[in-house]
Amino acid sequence: MSAAIGKYVSAFGRFWWDFLVGDTPEVFVGVLVVVGAALALRHERAAAVVLVPLLAVAVLAMSTYRGRKRA
Amino acid sequence: MTSTIVLMLAVFAASAVEMVEALTIVVASGTTRGWRSAFEGTAVAVVALAAIVGAVGVPLIHLVPIAVLRVVIGGLLLILGLAWLRKAILRSSGHKAMHDEDAIYAKTVAELAPGEAGATTSRRQRDAVGFVVAFKGVFLEGMEVVLIVLSLGSSSHHLGLAAAAAGAAVVIVAGVGIVVARQLSEVPENSMKMGVGIMLTSFGVFWAGEGAGVHWPGSDLSILALIAFFVAVTSLAIPLMRRTLPGAERREPGSVPSRLDEAASS
Repeated sequence: MSAAIGKYVSAFGRFWWDFLVGDTPEVFVGVLVVVGAALALRHERAAAVVLVPLLAVAVLAMSTYRGRKRA
Repeated sequence: MTSTIVLMLAVFAASAVEMVEALTIVVASGTTRGWRSAFEGTAVAVVALAAIVGAVGVPLIHLVPIAVLRVVIGGLLLILGLAWLRKAILRSSGHKAMHDEDAIYAKTVAELAPGEAGATTSRRQRDAVGFVVAFKGVFLEGMEVVLIVLSLGSSSHHLGLAAAAAGAAVVIVAGVGIVVARQLSEVPENSMKMGVGIMLTSFGVFWAGEGAGVHWPGSDLSILALIAFFVAVTSLAIPLMRRTLPGAERREPGSVPSRLDEAASS
């Protein structure tokens, strides 16, 4: 019984690890930075409106460049 | 109103993309192991996914504070959207092979083709392998749809609408699948995935900011501005990434290496 529960818990954990981190850990870390920046800049409306989308673009650029085919 | 329409479009497109992938597996299972088991596996998976939406989505809306929900869900949407967008840019710029439903179909059929022992199984009998393969295909592809429905639906308090948009996509893709049978490679999956990636990323930025307390100019209308912004970013990123292809300087500007080029160079 406990072995079966352990198996399901492990499969559940593996699903979330693959979903959140998988082979692009930089996206996971980058999104934490984006959300952190949104929280930090919530009282600076103009800065938040500009910087939060730009940070998302920076995460995308970094991850896409990292995933390129190398010579 | 604007965000509701964009939300429904995003859920519909995301569900359609995932369901095309699931349909490939169901058709492969049906043609090799029998349609009865493939349909039963599909039906059980759809019921299980609907139960998850009901069991998790309703408590999410009623028990979790909306600001917390939006920050967490904004983050999840960003992870999902950026991953889809990254993959679509890499595919469009030639850094990654295009998603090939025909190849996936052929591989699944080869794996499922009954051997000597299975050859006696009648197409009308129940087949455990066919059931499990169809169930897993629909359930695993559908889990991403469930996450999108729960994320977009609960953060905007439109869970019913989001579920209806996903349901409509399932019905339409299944209907088209019946008509076109194995011609799933005709579906412009990469373009759809790029569109969905842009919408999920835009919603992710919007909800993460909104939940954190950022007041977007124009409120919901800023979602459209974010979508336009990420469309522009993607349009710029594809040609820039093409330039980083190995041997790009020897090619004509703007050309993408074909699979024949890749095969010849390997």
